[in-house]
Amino acid sequence: MSALSVPGVRRRGRGDRSAPLFAGPVVLLAGLFLVLPMGLALVFSLTEIAPLSGKVGWVGLTNFATMAADPTFFRSLLNTALFALVTVPGSMAIGLALALLMNSVLPARPLFRTVVYLPLVISGVAVGLIGSLLFNETSGVLRALALTFGLPVVPWQSSGPAAFASVVLITLWIRVGFCMIIYLAALQAVPPELHEAAQVEGASGWQRFRHVTLPLLGPATFFLLIMSVIYSFNVFDTVFVLTGGGPGSATEVLGTYAYDTAFGPARDQGYGAAIGVVVFVLTMAFTLVQWRRSRAARDGAL
Amino acid sequence: MVATVPTRGLTVVDARAHTARTPGRPGRRRVGWTLRVVAAVLVAVVMVFPLWVMLVTAFSSGSAYSQTLRLWPSEPTLGNFTRVFAAWPVGSWFANSVAVAGVTTVLSVAVSLTGGFAFAKLRWVGRTPVFLLLLATMMIPTQAILVPQFRLVSSLGLVGTFWAVILPGAAATFGIFLARQFLMAIPTELVEAARVDGASTPRVFWSIVLPLCRPLVAVLTLLALMYQWNDFLWPLIVLRDPALFTLPIGLQFLQGQYLTDYGALMAMTLLATAPLVVLFLVFQRYFVQGLATTGLR
Repeated sequence: MSALSVPGVRRRGRGDRSAPLFAGPVVLLAGLFLVLPMGLALVFSLTEIAPLSGKVGWVGLTNFATMAADPTFFRSLLNTALFALVTVPGSMAIGLALALLMNSVLPARPLFRTVVYLPLVISGVAVGLIGSLLFNETSGVLRALALTFGLPVVPWQSSGPAAFASVVLITLWIRVGFCMIIYLAALQAVPPELHEAAQVEGASGWQRFRHVTLPLLGPATFFLLIMSVIYSFNVFDTVFVLTGGGPGSATEVLGTYAYDTAFGPARDQGYGAAIGVVVFVLTMAFTLVQWRRSRAARDGAL
Repeated sequence: MVATVPTRGLTVVDARAHTARTPGRPGRRRVGWTLRVVAAVLVAVVMVFPLWVMLVTAFSSGSAYSQTLRLWPSEPTLGNFTRVFAAWPVGSWFANSVAVAGVTTVLSVAVSLTGGFAFAKLRWVGRTPVFLLLLATMMIPTQAILVPQFRLVSSLGLVGTFWAVILPGAAATFGIFLARQFLMAIPTELVEAARVDGASTPRVFWSIVLPLCRPLVAVLTLLALMYQWNDFLWPLIVLRDPALFTLPIGLQFLQGQYLTDYGALMAMTLLATAPLVVLFLVFQRYFVQGLATTGLR
């Protein structure tokens, strides 16, 4: 609704004649490289594309039937869901805790904030490589650390669950800064008068957090939830470089599996497109459900 | 204000004095402060640790980690850098990254600014639906359109050229969203006044609107640079000639060459990471502002 009431340059007639000049480039680029491919994805998911010649043949729903009987697909779907289930609440909870900490009275606060943000700007490939330096089973830093302190050495690479844990840990390292940015912005928007009023009423620190701060963080939480889930369903770089989906398919996620299928040795692009469509549908479904839930919660509160 | 309600006013003043810091008795306050500092230091150590070992490894000779933990390069050396530079065209990968990220950034900032202006300040048929469509593309997962995008770019004959990375990269619609948001806050009267004086729309954009957009340009530039400099999956698919590699693909390629030679790998990781880290340290305010608004990453 608000988009309709946008104040614009009022002109009589159909509108500004130079509008196409200004909107054209971005609309063209986005239309050609984002909207059109999205439509084509649906088409290609119903085809078989020959690996070498690139010849496209219509196969109907065959790709989806293959998917329904593909254990690696289900494994990567499950892994992706598990990854989201752990990293999304994990990074958000830690991000919130850090935001509260960094919003309190603290010496050298800007320095601490910078340190938490820093991993944000590092590329997924670099993060994966740094992760491999940490988690390498025979020559990694964590192994040396464990030996130094007499702790048990974890088989980060050969054990499936440990490898999965390594992917989760490195993801938390890069994601908490982003969650902290969003929560910190939200915390700074909480009017201090509310806290003072609650304190006058005798609310304890926890009660003030639970009943004053937390409800006001709702929009930030909603935003982070959507963004983090999209990230999870998209995750590729770090996993690809750190574990390559292994050992076996213990850390195979939809991102790495779709890439391997379409651009790996098999080069089955029709099937790859079909996996992409599933990723898209899952992301959209989640976003819509969350959006409706948040709207229902807001309407209920009014 | 406070003095108007004498009896309760005192309590309010009292409470206000407390909330300025942490509430509670002075002793507890001090304990709380100490705990927070300890927590912050611990967090900082954990966050910096991976970067620190990257640095140490990059400047250490030989295999840095076998049995014992090393937190300082024993014999600081640039050997890792010279070794890799001698064997692979890392310099041209760096140059490729600068060129691709640079051109893409300039393009994407330009189309975001003009587009943002059109969506915020111009009136035209279909403005709202087109904007909503662009907004929706922000939610398309990269994975979902990988195959069709590749086939499209390939049918345009762009695969194996930098344009295959630059053109789709410039279509990053987060910029439109940011630019529109920013430009809507510019008073329409300003634009109207120039109009009344007979200025054309391009003229209004160029000499009235653009000069007000410096913070916006800073945010757009930094975010686009970060995104393009780090982009991996798409360049990996369309730039297959080692001469055309950008740093992220080059890094991943070197991982296959050097395996667990972490001295070499960390030297190159540092090389690929340092420019953005420096940029971030200098322009942190804009980065944070941009990330908080768009949620990119």
